[in-house]
Amino acid sequence: MEKAEHMNVRPIDPPVAEPGVDLAWLADRIAYPLFQQCIHCGLCTASCPTYVETGDENNGPRGRIYLMRSVVDGRLGVGPEVRKHLELCLDCRACETACPSGVQYGKLIEPFKIEMVRDAPAGKGLSLIQKVVLHHLFPYAGRVRAALLPVRGLQKLGLMKLVERSGLLKLLPPTLRNMAAMVPTLQPASNLPEILPAIGPKRARVGLFLGCVTDVMTPQTTGATARVLRRNGCEVVVARGQACCGAIHYHSGAEAPALELARQNMNAFDFENLDAIVVNAAGCGAMFKDYGHILPPEERERGARFAAKVKDVSEFLAALGPIPPAHAVPMKVTYHDACHLCHAQQIRSQPRQLLAMIPGLELVPLAEGELCCGAAGTYNLTEPEMSQRLGRRKLANIEATGATIVASGNIGCTLQIARQAREKGLPIEVVHPVDLLDRAYEGES
Amino acid sequence: MTATAAPTTIPLVRELAALLGEDGVLHRRDELVVYECDGYVIEKAVPDVVVFPTSTEQVVEVVKLCNQHDVPFVPRGAGTSLAGGTLPIGGGVMISLTRMKRIVEINARDRYAIVEAGVVNVWLTRALAGTGVHFAPDPSSQTACTIGGNVATNAGGPHTLKYGVTINHVRGVELVTPEGEVVQIGGVVEDQPGFDLTGLLVGSEGTFGIVTKVIVGLCRDPEAGRTLLAVFPTVEDSVEAVSGIVAAGIVPAALEMIDNLMIRAVEAAFHFGFPVEAGAVLIIEVDGVDAALDHEAQAISEIVQAHGGTIDKAIGWRTREEPEYKAIWKARKMAFGAIGRVSPTFCTQDGVVPRTALPHILRFMEGVSERTNIRIANVFHAGDGNLHPIILFDEQDPDQVKRALQASHEILDECIRLGGSVTGEHGIGVEKLAMMPKLFTPDDLAAMTAVHDALNPDNRCSPAKKIPVGGHCIERTSPGRRAPA
Repeated sequence: MEKAEHMNVRPIDPPVAEPGVDLAWLADRIAYPLFQQCIHCGLCTASCPTYVETGDENNGPRGRIYLMRSVVDGRLGVGPEVRKHLELCLDCRACETACPSGVQYGKLIEPFKIEMVRDAPAGKGLSLIQKVVLHHLFPYAGRVRAALLPVRGLQKLGLMKLVERSGLLKLLPPTLRNMAAMVPTLQPASNLPEILPAIGPKRARVGLFLGCVTDVMTPQTTGATARVLRRNGCEVVVARGQACCGAIHYHSGAEAPALELARQNMNAFDFENLDAIVVNAAGCGAMFKDYGHILPPEERERGARFAAKVKDVSEFLAALGPIPPAHAVPMKVTYHDACHLCHAQQIRSQPRQLLAMIPGLELVPLAEGELCCGAAGTYNLTEPEMSQRLGRRKLANIEATGATIVASGNIGCTLQIARQAREKGLPIEVVHPVDLLDRAYEGES
Repeated sequence: MTATAAPTTIPLVRELAALLGEDGVLHRRDELVVYECDGYVIEKAVPDVVVFPTSTEQVVEVVKLCNQHDVPFVPRGAGTSLAGGTLPIGGGVMISLTRMKRIVEINARDRYAIVEAGVVNVWLTRALAGTGVHFAPDPSSQTACTIGGNVATNAGGPHTLKYGVTINHVRGVELVTPEGEVVQIGGVVEDQPGFDLTGLLVGSEGTFGIVTKVIVGLCRDPEAGRTLLAVFPTVEDSVEAVSGIVAAGIVPAALEMIDNLMIRAVEAAFHFGFPVEAGAVLIIEVDGVDAALDHEAQAISEIVQAHGGTIDKAIGWRTREEPEYKAIWKARKMAFGAIGRVSPTFCTQDGVVPRTALPHILRFMEGVSERTNIRIANVFHAGDGNLHPIILFDEQDPDQVKRALQASHEILDECIRLGGSVTGEHGIGVEKLAMMPKLFTPDDLAAMTAVHDALNPDNRCSPAKKIPVGGHCIERTSPGRRAPA
């Protein structure tokens, strides 16, 4: 497949006058054979959440590849329609799982999304609030925590519900309103020391990635991850100087700051001397695993070595051989496959294996478990309508299982599902699998 | 969807938008391009409008508007046709049924389900999980293709060897005729008196109207099954074994052949554990009453051994959801994609021969491959003689393209000569239109045309499909489809 030149059916239309994007910039980032790998069979279509919702092939993976290729071929310009359909993509990668030809869809859509932000016409790019939130708030756990302090205060005083009921939130711009709706009941920060010793015989030495949003929104999960690792004989190194993984920047089109964060993480973790860098947020794990691909060529080799050490917590424990927990957690639980675990990292059995080890826990299957919940990083902020549609669809499937606990390996999904449940007034708790495992080790229910 | 909408001056588009809402109509060129082809990419035609009706009533109104404005219309499901079945020849209105996706009724006791045309095949399978019954047709594209499309092409799949093709599982349809009338054909009970109009409609490739609902028959789930992976030194040994199995009176649920070139491609891509040195493997599946299966599996393994083969794997299963079972079928159904990784271009053919002619046609294909110097891989439904030779070539090399085309034609001509056909399950579409006169006599075609003209007199509904009507004939300069079967 090493055919660098254009081939196949040549475009029949006259080239468009205005491509609407920087084609040379795209050509540097997308090798043309990546397009050609798509044989146009359409087997991906029904795996795509936005296609399933709209039935429009412009909103399906095959259609989007066709649009992108037509742009690169000079048949189409990135006008309002093409932009709309590409922006509506969740980048959930469900299509990569479905594809028999091994099309690397993420490597096509991501440069396009970046380029569309770079070349956005006035009023079509990120709003000022989105920019502030995405680029100056999220990457910094401290700032997120500070920004959320008032919310936590209101929650503590039991006033948050009052504020919600009062309709005061409606006065906020949509982006902030959506953000406010996502905030769960906040717990105190995890504040872990730099080194946590293994409990029992030492089996591995691992770095723990905290994440910018995860550690603030669900610090209890950070603590649980560290405890579960220690219980499994891991010395846990909470590397200082670690930063946001950069996914939020990268996927919203800000390539340079994303790469800067990547370098910061590669420097923070002494990765050559660690058995693994353990991540408990699927989105961050997927981003780390891409470092060997997205960095400039001269840094890719180091990026790939770093990436090779990155393991999702479930992936790591399953490979290590998890120690069976002693205490029962007698609950009915369903598991939602986070896209960036099941599609981007192809991790499906490991989280289920961990849950199955817990005595008394009944794991019930979830219909459309691999269909995106609509969180998709910052998608809930940029495409709120589709995000809500998918969120409601996910919640309906969860309700049908009869389970009141949903386990999911990604902070975005956790916040989205919890928000949907809260808005519908359903008593559904959303947790990370390690939260449940932690309860089973520690003996609390 | 209204953010970029501009008032349109085209009366038909305006009327369609009034009927379906702006959200239900695509008419800007930028959004029509993706609808210019389906799984068959050699020929292209852009529709003028794509509409997304959500009810039979809306389909009726769309069809009536098309008639009023004298424009052609064509239905489209998931667009996975491998023969250009959804190509809008002459432009016009493409009626996408993807928003008609409700499962209206499931009646497991009377073993039928009523679904709208846009329901994806596997959605019905999933909805039926645990009911003890299933919808038997399982084309390789089942995760994406719609049941409306299955009806249009009379789709098959590996398990049709025992269970039959789509026609055997459709009890009735709701049809919007080319004039825009709703008719109910067939019903929930089987074997209705009168002419078998359901039989006429299934496989008509959208030429007799737009199917909006389908009443499908459901089969009882087998109690258990055995799936065997048999390994042979040569392809010929494997197909001789196929004939041996069928001759012994065994009716396998599926009987699939994969040759060496294909085994290597699948292994390189997916590492399923197929023996890469084997000349060919057969996937042989029997299902039914558990107590009988070991005996049947034993009989099969004796026939396999008598033809120089060995049983490499034997999976006993209770449901088709078991991981080992799913893995072997994933290997088979993903095979086409795998070959895409090792050859820059390929096309998949869909010939049929009488089963006993399999050894002959395989030898013939070897000869074709040598003569044209074009590699041909094989993976097919051996049990019913439905071949899917995959012709590998590089489309940047015009000479290879010519030779690949020649190889395709020689193989299909030989299929016809042996009393077979040029399509087992993908349909004629536009791709094989030119072959119909080879397959049928002028009298046959005249009879078909008479039926066509009675039901679709203006030829506005799916023009230039299935039979050469109205002078649409397409000269092809490169080989056919190159997508999964």
